[in-house]
Amino acid sequence: MTVMIDTGNYIAAKAAVMARPAVVPAYPITPQTTLVEGIANYVKTGEFKGEYICVESEHSAMCACIGASAAGVRTFTGTSSHGLLLMHEMLHWAALARLPIVMCNINRVIGPGWNIWTDENDSISQRDTGWIQFYCSSNQEIFDTVIQSFKLAENKKVLLPVMINYNAFILSHTSMPVYIPEQKEIDDFLQKYKPQWKLDVNNPITFGNIILPVDYEKIRKDMQNSQENAKKLIPEIAKEWKKKFGRYHGDLIEEYKCDGADHILLAMGAIGAESKVSINNLRKEGLKIGLARVRTFRPFPNEEILKLGKQADLIVIDRNISIGSEGALFSEVKASLYGKSDTKVHGFIAGLGGKDVTYNDIETICRKVVEGKAKDCEWYGFEGGGK
Amino acid sequence: MKKYDVVTTISYPKKGAMGKTGSWRVFRPILDKTKCVKCLRCWIYCPEGTVIRNKDDTVDIDYEYCKGCGICANVCKVKAITMEREAKKK
Repeated sequence: MTVMIDTGNYIAAKAAVMARPAVVPAYPITPQTTLVEGIANYVKTGEFKGEYICVESEHSAMCACIGASAAGVRTFTGTSSHGLLLMHEMLHWAALARLPIVMCNINRVIGPGWNIWTDENDSISQRDTGWIQFYCSSNQEIFDTVIQSFKLAENKKVLLPVMINYNAFILSHTSMPVYIPEQKEIDDFLQKYKPQWKLDVNNPITFGNIILPVDYEKIRKDMQNSQENAKKLIPEIAKEWKKKFGRYHGDLIEEYKCDGADHILLAMGAIGAESKVSINNLRKEGLKIGLARVRTFRPFPNEEILKLGKQADLIVIDRNISIGSEGALFSEVKASLYGKSDTKVHGFIAGLGGKDVTYNDIETICRKVVEGKAKDCEWYGFEGGGK
Repeated sequence: MKKYDVVTTISYPKKGAMGKTGSWRVFRPILDKTKCVKCLRCWIYCPEGTVIRNKDDTVDIDYEYCKGCGICANVCKVKAITMEREAKKK
């Protein structure tokens, strides 16, 4: 094992190359650019022996991933924001065709106004595509999740693509020390991908052909079952990783100081990491508060959240908003509790457009709820310009 | 048929994989064999493989699967194929 001090993007590039994909089609977009540059550099050094395809758009990048994956090989790509949105049609296709593509998405704001900082509206708007979605909170978690995601995606009980999300700049361009296992250890953990079917000129099949309504429904149901299977496999794979490498970032959620808590904060990504500082400070003040960092938005951790909801009131911070409704995590947390728990849930929209959400801000949010001064749903720290 | 662990759409090539597509037809290609010069353009252009090439290069049409697209009639240089409505107007 070695320690590599580098940015989230270069760490993701290292992880992707160590997973030995045969094909990486990519198109650069800020803030993902250094991720694909990192992989391109591994082509130069000879560490990446697969096919690196410079495509002409993100739509093409996902199309090339689909083609390569359908031909039966491991495939990786990365994108961000508008790039992810351009892929939208093909994201559905990849999932419906049951292709275990792994992709990093660096959470970046959608324009206009043009903005390269972080929020989660890009990936949240892709939640219904059938992809499994992880949200990472450190560079180490990015590395570990990329490797684990191939194992998850390629499992015959899942066979769905996986999107690993992490925050623009806060993680993508910030250096942290990361433990990197030896290549042989990764190879032992992640076996060679064996597809159940593939496009093969010697054994021709049509892939994604026309089907009747009665059969189409079966495809959707099977995808739903596979997401349910992923709920069981994510903890299993995390456990195996912990046993082998000693590192663990949680299952579908990461609980932090939830024991005896009467308020539990739910957040994703970098805010989830920042919240640990807030929780420590608030605990010192005597508040009985804990954190549940949501790692997977799909599959959604309904059971885990219901368990927490039976124990404590919940505070949800969303770095996204479903315009015309509310924060996506807030909605789904409440849906998990419906009819089974009447616990209070408070939602906060914070950090849109990449606005900083510091541990001080998170403490202010938590105190407001604990002191009974919070509304059901509000925008934290909204500055002028509106009512 | 091979069983997989997940449900997805895969079609193995075989005759009539999508059923008897001849029932889709609105216009029926009628071949006048006395005009046919055995150039085989219809056989080359038919997108469904429903123009059958005989040993002597004469052709027949497989009405069980012909969808009636009319390409064969369009490419025929000697106008040996005409398209006729399947159900005559009453």
